Amino acid sequence: MKRILGILVLFILVYIATAVMAANEGAEFLSGFTQENLLRRVAPIGILGIGVAFVIITGGIDLSLGSMVCLIGVGVAWLLTDVGWPIWLTLSMALLVSAAIGLFHGTLITKLNLPPFVVTLCGLLMYRGITRGFTQDQTAGFGTEFTGLRQLSKGEIPVPFVEGFQMPVPFVLMLVVAVIAAIFLNKTVAGRHLMALGNNEEAARLSGVRTTALTILAYVICSVLAGFAGLLHILEVGLEQPATAGNFFELFAIAAAVLGGCSLRGGTGTIAGVVIGTALIQLLRQMITIVFPRQQSMEYLMIGAVLLVGVIADELVRRAVAKRRAARIG
Amino acid sequence: MSGNESPLLEVRGIGKQFPGVRALHDVGFHLNGGEVLALLGENGAGKSTLMKILAGVQPPDSGEILLEGEAVRIDSVQDAMERGIALIHQELNLATNLSIGANIFLGREPRKFGLIDEATINAEARRFLDLVGLKIDPREVVGNLTIGRQQMVEIAKALSIDARILIMDEPTSSLSSKETESLFAVIKDLRKRGVSIIYISHRLGEVKELADRVTVLRDGENAGDLERHEIEHDRMVSLMVGRDLSQFYPHEPHAAGDMALEVRDLRSPAHPKHAVSFQLRAGEIVGLAGLVGAGRTELIETIFGVTHSAGGEVRVAGQKVDIRSPRDAIQAGLALAPEDRKQQGLVLEMAVRENLSLASLSRDQRHGFLNLKKESEISEEMIGKMRVKTPTDRQVVRYLSGGNQQKVVLGKWLAMKPRVLLLDEPTRGIDVGAKQEIYALMEELARDGVAILFVSSEMEEVLGMSDRTLVMHEGRLTGELQRSELSEEAVMRLATGGAKAAAA
Ligand SMILES: Nc1ncnc2c1ncn2[C@@H]1O[C@H](COP(=O)(O)OP(=O)(O)OP(=O)(O)O)[C@@H](O)[C@H]1O
Ligand SMILES: [Mg+2]
Repeated sequence: MKRILGILVLFILVYIATAVMAANEGAEFLSGFTQENLLRRVAPIGILGIGVAFVIITGGIDLSLGSMVCLIGVGVAWLLTDVGWPIWLTLSMALLVSAAIGLFHGTLITKLNLPPFVVTLCGLLMYRGITRGFTQDQTAGFGTEFTGLRQLSKGEIPVPFVEGFQMPVPFVLMLVVAVIAAIFLNKTVAGRHLMALGNNEEAARLSGVRTTALTILAYVICSVLAGFAGLLHILEVGLEQPATAGNFFELFAIAAAVLGGCSLRGGTGTIAGVVIGTALIQLLRQMITIVFPRQQSMEYLMIGAVLLVGVIADELVRRAVAKRRAARIG
Repeated sequence: MSGNESPLLEVRGIGKQFPGVRALHDVGFHLNGGEVLALLGENGAGKSTLMKILAGVQPPDSGEILLEGEAVRIDSVQDAMERGIALIHQELNLATNLSIGANIFLGREPRKFGLIDEATINAEARRFLDLVGLKIDPREVVGNLTIGRQQMVEIAKALSIDARILIMDEPTSSLSSKETESLFAVIKDLRKRGVSIIYISHRLGEVKELADRVTVLRDGENAGDLERHEIEHDRMVSLMVGRDLSQFYPHEPHAAGDMALEVRDLRSPAHPKHAVSFQLRAGEIVGLAGLVGAGRTELIETIFGVTHSAGGEVRVAGQKVDIRSPRDAIQAGLALAPEDRKQQGLVLEMAVRENLSLASLSRDQRHGFLNLKKESEISEEMIGKMRVKTPTDRQVVRYLSGGNQQKVVLGKWLAMKPRVLLLDEPTRGIDVGAKQEIYALMEELARDGVAILFVSSEMEEVLGMSDRTLVMHEGRLTGELQRSELSEEAVMRLATGGAKAAAA
């Protein structure tokens, strides 16, 4: 709990500030529709963030996430509509390709000892390039079809006794992913081993931890979740340009993971923190849209500044907690 | 101290509190010019903490420090250096990716036209390396050196500061006997030139040889002082432990059981030309002696699958096993407690209990989930048995004293209850009381049928604890001594490459 306290407080403050400012401007924020929208947008980045958290915990990084979203998202739309594959085959293919890419990254990083930054940077360039190739740079989309499948992203679940607000399905899917990921990290042997190897790989290896296999596994988890996020993304927006789909997603996801307490040095991080970190970033973007509609260009500045504040606040909270603990015992 | 003159350094009433640990309470001592003061105490007694305070690494909560009778505040390492105080830390603090010269002058690089003056660095570094008897090129990268040599680089670095007060926190724990000798020569020479030295060690023989006076800490408080003529093994021990230790080596030879480990023509990648063969029976404690660099660590790391063997085979309990990784070795029933605890043994950011259970997690798992109940049991048992000094088993290992970290590493492997236990320098940096506990544990495990092979550079330990001793020299197994043939001379002769004398 202590580890996510800083980010949680920051999130609540920004949330209250947004509500107050929106009320002053006469803009709509606390309405069911806006809240639904917010939750819906947290889902894909949240899933990416959870995936990249695994990689960051091993001390690595994945820069290819945005291009993965493009490859899988645009690829799925293209296969379904332009090529005409059935849904089951398309989705299996998406899963297979995502997992294979993770395996590819992980193998190069562990067996050939290549730096994760470089391997995934090449991925960032290649996967977008491939997508632009097979689509011949043409937009891919669903038109009015596949409404059933698109429920995964567009669907809503009524909440009992609450009017005017329904729970978006993608947010629920993200929560399921988050819970599974948290259990995996905190309760399973593999999760513990991952934390250990992120901090001291040599000590872990000598303790019989399969460091190579686990590191590869982290990259596979990351890529598969990126593929899933890409699927949800395309199902939500309906059509995408191969040249721009998923641009900057990797940076938002990494920012969310860092806000959520993952150290890029490896060995630390919580899933709850990543989810709150994502929510904070999407909240900020929403805030700019509804409160400062004429200052859209400030978006990156705002997010960058908040990331910095968040990391500083986190460090200060950590120190305060340590001090209080010392005082209590001393 | 002569007349009313104040000592060079005096500390009074020093107190220091960490979360859950009172590291120091009302501690005082003094140090005269040109003397060697040994600071003794069990693991966690507060020795390193006190020295870090003097060197400006951490501030005290209370108390005062007087230099030549004048109260001073030491706020930073820089500050301490300017007052002529240098500390050689218990753990190595070198940038392994930089050269020796760069490390020696790190933070104090001489410059020329605004750029680092490499020529001066290398010339000066060579001078200090000569002083500690290290004949290597200062341009060599530190990461390529053995641990012992890295330690000598640390010492050279401290000398380069030109300190009046030089503090050495367990400097010999990773040195070979030759390196130790040259360090002693350096210390004696410094003393002659009027430098004062505070010397921390768990090796009481060294203290006897070097120290002019001894100050002992126990549980963060002063336990007593000894003058030169009072420095004797038993008096030091009883001040440290607060009781007498009888029968230091509990070893009783016992009947060896079935074949536990058989190594045939094994070649380590470090010494691929020499094939090594030996056998280990259940319930046997076998010492692996030799000089530092003889290839002992390489040999057991090859057995354990840390490095790939360059040929040969390993049999465990009569079965040939193909060990390609530590994981394979663990599954075959082997365990290795490595030499370099910080690098290889501990996940520093994790809690004591998590470190203790790390190697047995897979064994105790329930369908992939952590068995937290078992984990508490293990940690409670091992903390008790090893007498690990920690406020709770949830303390982060980074905050334990050096010796207590070592106990956690050992505890992790002992908790595995392996068939064959490989120990690399098991008591390095461990206090006398805990050493005896570790010997007792080895004894207990052997009685339970575990075969133990331990590497040790401490002759006393080899003589005291082994049923049989294997001796290595430059990657070769030069001989095997039964307990009846065991003597310091016999071991040294083999360790330096001589032949075994005709059996008596
Ligand atoms: N930064 C820290 N945070 C919490 N506890 C600490 C910290 N540093 C030291 N301690 C605790 O203070 C006590 C004294 O530690 P110290 O390192 O001074 O012992 P030591 O006498 O040098 O022991 P050793 O012989 O094992 O090196 C120990 O109980 C240790 O766990
Ligand atoms: Mg110490």
